Amino acid sequence: MSLYTLLGALEIGLVFALVALGVLVSFRILRFPDLTVDGSFPLGGAVAATLISLGADPFAATAAAAAAGALAGLATGWLNVKLRIMDLLASILMMIALYSINLRIMGRPNVPLIAEPTVFTVLQPDAVADYVMRPLILAAVVLAAKLALDWFLSTEAGLAMRATGSNPRMARSQGVHTGRMVLAGMALSNALVGLAGALFAQTQGGADISMGVGTIVIGLAAVIVGESILPARRLFLATLAAILGAVVYRFFVALALNSEFVGLQAQDLNLVTAVLVVVALVLPMLRRRLPRRGGR
Amino acid sequence: MLLARTTAALLAASVLGTALAAPASAAQPKSVAVTAIVEHPALDAVRDGVKRALAAAGYRDEKLAWQYQSAQGNTGTAAQIARKFVGDRPDAIVAIATPSAQAVVAATRDLPVVYSAVTDPVAAQLVPGWEPSGTNVTGVSDMLALDKQVELIRQVVPQAKRVGMVYNPGEANSVVVVRQMQEILAKAGMSLVEAAAPRTIDVGSAARSLIGKVDVIYTNTDNNVVSAYEALVKVGNDARIPLVASDTDSVRRGAIAALGVDYGDLGEQTGRIVVRILKGEKPGAIASETSSRLRLFVNPGAAARQGVTLSDELLKSAAETVK
Repeated sequence: MSLYTLLGALEIGLVFALVALGVLVSFRILRFPDLTVDGSFPLGGAVAATLISLGADPFAATAAAAAAGALAGLATGWLNVKLRIMDLLASILMMIALYSINLRIMGRPNVPLIAEPTVFTVLQPDAVADYVMRPLILAAVVLAAKLALDWFLSTEAGLAMRATGSNPRMARSQGVHTGRMVLAGMALSNALVGLAGALFAQTQGGADISMGVGTIVIGLAAVIVGESILPARRLFLATLAAILGAVVYRFFVALALNSEFVGLQAQDLNLVTAVLVVVALVLPMLRRRLPRRGGR
Repeated sequence: MLLARTTAALLAASVLGTALAAPASAAQPKSVAVTAIVEHPALDAVRDGVKRALAAAGYRDEKLAWQYQSAQGNTGTAAQIARKFVGDRPDAIVAIATPSAQAVVAATRDLPVVYSAVTDPVAAQLVPGWEPSGTNVTGVSDMLALDKQVELIRQVVPQAKRVGMVYNPGEANSVVVVRQMQEILAKAGMSLVEAAAPRTIDVGSAARSLIGKVDVIYTNTDNNVVSAYEALVKVGNDARIPLVASDTDSVRRGAIAALGVDYGDLGEQTGRIVVRILKGEKPGAIASETSSRLRLFVNPGAAARQGVTLSDELLKSAAETVK
């Protein structure tokens, strides 16, 4: 496996680390099963790519993409809180609607960015190779997002949000406006996902309507793999675990891509990835069992 | 951190395994890495065509290090495959379909890239224009000359004024065709009626929405429509609306006629460009090509079911007549 492959896996893993942080907020902190992600990821890509191709500043376009993601999350929250549509269904409806909205935004199914400036080309110094610089920039973005999220969740509003997720009745009796907390949390979660979509489009040469397929699955897998590698109750470690999970998942895909020497073929890729994730989930369990047996 | 250690061990094993698997022959084989966004009969035919053309030029067995990866429909995986290929530094990369081609072109500015089965490579920013690009990219488009398609529609249904099209608005290739079709039909004094099928299961209802509004239904190589062509055939036969396709295989499934690209041929054409690059030509000096060979398929039985009679002239010019 070449350095380029490893750095490529790191780069894409870091993009999906933002998705994992978003999924952590919705699924784990708010306990809101949110599938909006499959629509808000391409939404971020669509908004960023369209604005950049119209001549907007890449940084402004990326910020607009995160804002668009927040709006999508807000809409899902609103369907659930105000119109009392079941959480899972509300998010599915939003995911379906976003497909058409994304096509409207882009005006066509694919907006290329190969010949346009992106945040990565703007920040690219001459002295460093681009395949090294991109993961560095992304690492800085992910770290900033993680620290900001850690800080927010330790403020009074953040604690109220966590209480809303773990025990809404208790939270309400303490005077927490739980409906507002769901809205804010969904906006925060999908803003992170929209940001990820914008950065993904800018590293991959453009936004495509199909880029959202399976985002939630990868985000959830990242969160769960992270929890298995780094089981922790402390929030600081939980966000770190989600990031680690996303990067490790991508290393597994890279490993699966390089598995032809054991007789595996291209069509086995998804299976190999799934098996590697299962191994990652089971290993910590085996580790807990082994010493006990040795002691007998 | 047992997991971290195991992961490291796995990584080490994979590096070692790759090293051991490398052939120890003295003559350096040429390496070609091929990727497609998804497994699909047309895209697989392109891949196999590339391999045939390479074999015909003597690149086979120990003289060719061939690698194929499918992203299985996931753009994240497509991006990772692109990075892996660039890291492997093959002599040429072949990228099949738009998302895979964009991922590869975004990942390298020096390795030769040959795209294939991309309808509009200029709109996708793979190349700045149809002439030699001067960059590391060239390839073969599957764009059809639409005036020839309109000619075929008029040969099948001479009195046609309103042409219906069922397509997926989420497929870049189809949107390009629909836009061009609107212009060409307007010039010919005809009009286009669109019906969107964002999912495979929408194809039948989209076709039904066209009943009474169109004289003929034309379809491009839209993935959704091709997958569910039988649903279209049912509407065509029941409502006696003639069906003209551009995927030749659809004629076997019940369309009256199609003048289309043979994706195996398209792959061979792509492969011949790869051979030129392996022999030392610069990709930037090779112009992008469109399919050099179209084939006409006709189905007189389907014509009878859909209420038209095909002219002898059309029947004679067909490369294949489906009984």
